[in-house]
Amino acid sequence: MPERAEKNSDLKLPPEILDLLAGNDELELEDVEMIVEELQFIYQPGVMPALQRMVAARAKPTSLLDAPFALPVQKYPSQIVEVTLGATKSQGGSRGTTVTIGGEKSPAFYTFENPTINSPVVSLDVFDSKVPIPKAVKTNFNDAIEDPVSWAKYAVDKFGAQMITLHLVSIDPLNPKPSTPAEAAKTVEDVLQAVDVPLVVGGCGDPQKDLAVFEKVTAAAEGERLLISTVTLDMDIEKSAKLIKQYGHVALAFSPMDLNQARELNRRLLEFLPKEQIIMDTTTAALGYGLDYAYTIMERARLAGLMGDPELQQPMSSGTTNAWAAREAWQTMDPQWGDKGLRGPLWETVTGLTLLLAGVDLFMMLHPAAVKTLRNTVKRLTEKPGSVDLSQLANWVSTKF
Amino acid sequence: MSGKENKGGMKQLSPIDVYTLLPKTNCKECGEDNCMAFATKVVNREVNIDMCPPLLTKANEKNYKKLKEMLKPAVKEVTVGVGERAVKIGGKLVMYRHEFTYNNPTAIAIDVTDEMSDNEVLARVKYTQDFTYTYIGYNLQLQMIAVRSTSNDAEKFKATVKKVAENTILPIVLCSFDPAIIESGLMAIPKANPLIYAANKDNWKEMAELALMYKCPLAVSAPNDISLLKSMVKTLNQYGIENLVLDPGTFTRTGLVDTINNFTMIRRAACNLGDELLGFPTIGTPIAAWAETNNSETVNAWTEAHVASMLVTRFVDVLIMHGTEGWALLPLTVLRQNIYTDPRKPVAVKAGLRTFGTPDENSPVFMTSNFALTYYTVAQDIESSGIASYLIVVDSEGTAIDSGVAGRKLTAETVADAIKESGLEDKVKHRKLIIPGKASRISGEIEELSNWEVLVGPRDSSGIPKFVQDKWK
Repeated sequence: MPERAEKNSDLKLPPEILDLLAGNDELELEDVEMIVEELQFIYQPGVMPALQRMVAARAKPTSLLDAPFALPVQKYPSQIVEVTLGATKSQGGSRGTTVTIGGEKSPAFYTFENPTINSPVVSLDVFDSKVPIPKAVKTNFNDAIEDPVSWAKYAVDKFGAQMITLHLVSIDPLNPKPSTPAEAAKTVEDVLQAVDVPLVVGGCGDPQKDLAVFEKVTAAAEGERLLISTVTLDMDIEKSAKLIKQYGHVALAFSPMDLNQARELNRRLLEFLPKEQIIMDTTTAALGYGLDYAYTIMERARLAGLMGDPELQQPMSSGTTNAWAAREAWQTMDPQWGDKGLRGPLWETVTGLTLLLAGVDLFMMLHPAAVKTLRNTVKRLTEKPGSVDLSQLANWVSTKF
Repeated sequence: MSGKENKGGMKQLSPIDVYTLLPKTNCKECGEDNCMAFATKVVNREVNIDMCPPLLTKANEKNYKKLKEMLKPAVKEVTVGVGERAVKIGGKLVMYRHEFTYNNPTAIAIDVTDEMSDNEVLARVKYTQDFTYTYIGYNLQLQMIAVRSTSNDAEKFKATVKKVAENTILPIVLCSFDPAIIESGLMAIPKANPLIYAANKDNWKEMAELALMYKCPLAVSAPNDISLLKSMVKTLNQYGIENLVLDPGTFTRTGLVDTINNFTMIRRAACNLGDELLGFPTIGTPIAAWAETNNSETVNAWTEAHVASMLVTRFVDVLIMHGTEGWALLPLTVLRQNIYTDPRKPVAVKAGLRTFGTPDENSPVFMTSNFALTYYTVAQDIESSGIASYLIVVDSEGTAIDSGVAGRKLTAETVADAIKESGLEDKVKHRKLIIPGKASRISGEIEELSNWEVLVGPRDSSGIPKFVQDKWK
């Protein structure tokens, strides 16, 4: 368009009008050209402001201009690794179901680009001994939380848990009477007997004791494809990885909110384990207590993995239960801040949903309402785009509620 | 992500690009030592080019315009309202928060309607204006009032808008698809720069005239149709309206997948593909949760809040909400604060001595780093344990304990210095310092340098009560 406007440059149009012409469309130019012809007759110094107004007024479009929109899709050289947890009888285990996560080809829920390959999954927490649990959670489990077997059964039967995370907190050497690796392995076997969903088995965070326990647990549950939580840089990585490989399980590689450490840990595990046996956890901090770091580390890990970083292509897990570390989640506050029975689970929900959008594939969670909301949201986000019926659209603008 | 076409983004802009367009007089009028230093700050968005007086003169007009264009954010910044609590929305430079700090936190509007009683309207306005929660030194607030016309009566709407404006300085969003209703609202507050919600494919001409006449920003609604949205933006731009806000529709239940896609596509097109027609702030309306079903209020408030949180994560610049429950708005406003912090700077707290309860000369002395997250966790654990004690917060340059030790930011020297500076040697009789388990590696060195006995505490501060019970005499 500018060329055509310039042809009339002998008119010495003020720059504002030239800009206007330059910005116009083919369609609009018809009008403008007419004006330009008129200009040849009436142009004289002094009438420019009036003309300018005229041109501006005439330039108002009378119908919607075309502006095609192409889906802003991008190509990624890599894909997130697909990992399966749990093994059925025919696969060498005893689970009734298995769970597969990862495999993604795009950032989380960029479904205009690629569909979600495997829906993110929620695993419900079960502890093998008494830990401080928020009242809002306790009331949902009644007496079931008295022992891990009934707790796990309750989580599966009542809340339809797709997975169970059994936290072996009783093994902690700081306990007055820490349970032995053999006792811990027995608990794992009992829970495996009681429920037939895949299992995550968590240690206490002491690298020596955890490894001693994992040695017994991996052998006792041979072939069950447990997720062993967690393997860290301060553990004997070679020994852990070899146990996990030998008995057919999966490693959860945990790093403290540091992409370089996450890379290093994956790199070292990959020396001993196939990539299909590693999931990573880059740390979940609670909403209000570092969630921003957790979110950005995960988002960066996922983008880097898709862009080709082979050390960040493992599916991601989040200990979303950490949300309850925020005092606002469990404290009784000024009445203005409402019922903590709702505030707490919403705190966990928001923590989880934020990380869902960063790319987390596996969530370890506590409160049934948070679990349900997360699962429903995953369901909504994996529906086929474009299936909403606009005629059924609720009108919030003028509806009373 | 590729960054190449990252228009308005940070990646391809160097201080030299800015410097060449500056007057290069090194006059220091901006407060910097020279033009290069100023250019560096401009690129980092720490100062505005308007801070350079010579640049504002006629002679430099061309360069000024070039710089303005060069520094233009990918998402236009739009102001709603006037005065002290006017709100800036948009102004985003990047898509992902790790690329550069997000500007202008999502503005949250709470609705009132022209059929609510006076008392209810005033109570909701007051609640919104007064809402505040202090969180690590920030006041979390709500920003706007959205007035909806449910009566469809222009006079009623006008009266409600007037009443709201008389009782708050918060910016107002006028909500109706009927231009006659919007006009009556505008007549009530002709100079208040409200946001008009909204132009759609049927009313855009009338709404455009109103936006021009009252010089206020205009929201553009095209539910689930970005092509239509773009076409309306192009048309309205042509019409002379520059301050637009994009509404691709918010579906809180079925259609949520489209909503998340739409907000994501709009921002990617604007930030990474330089699509100027989509380079405007976005508005999300989780309030739709209340209109979609006949659920209980609690369920609606729950749905509204968690969908709102997802939109905050997915780039939204304005939210219209109905629920005023603290349990719903607190997590949402905290999330917004989290997402809008500067990801490049670790959040650090002030180093120095803290006291818990009323410690005496025999009370335990703890040590931790000044990484905010570590500090608040430790402080909370000590506080809830009820142990009267001292806590020395060491300047670890905002790193956590383990990474601070590994990265030599938290060293025996810094710890020994911090002990001296704390003045604790005059306050306690003992010379025993409890350090985090994750700092055990430097315990020996600390003992050597400080002459204090070091007790290696638990790896996680939740173990503090038990540790004190067992090990502190």
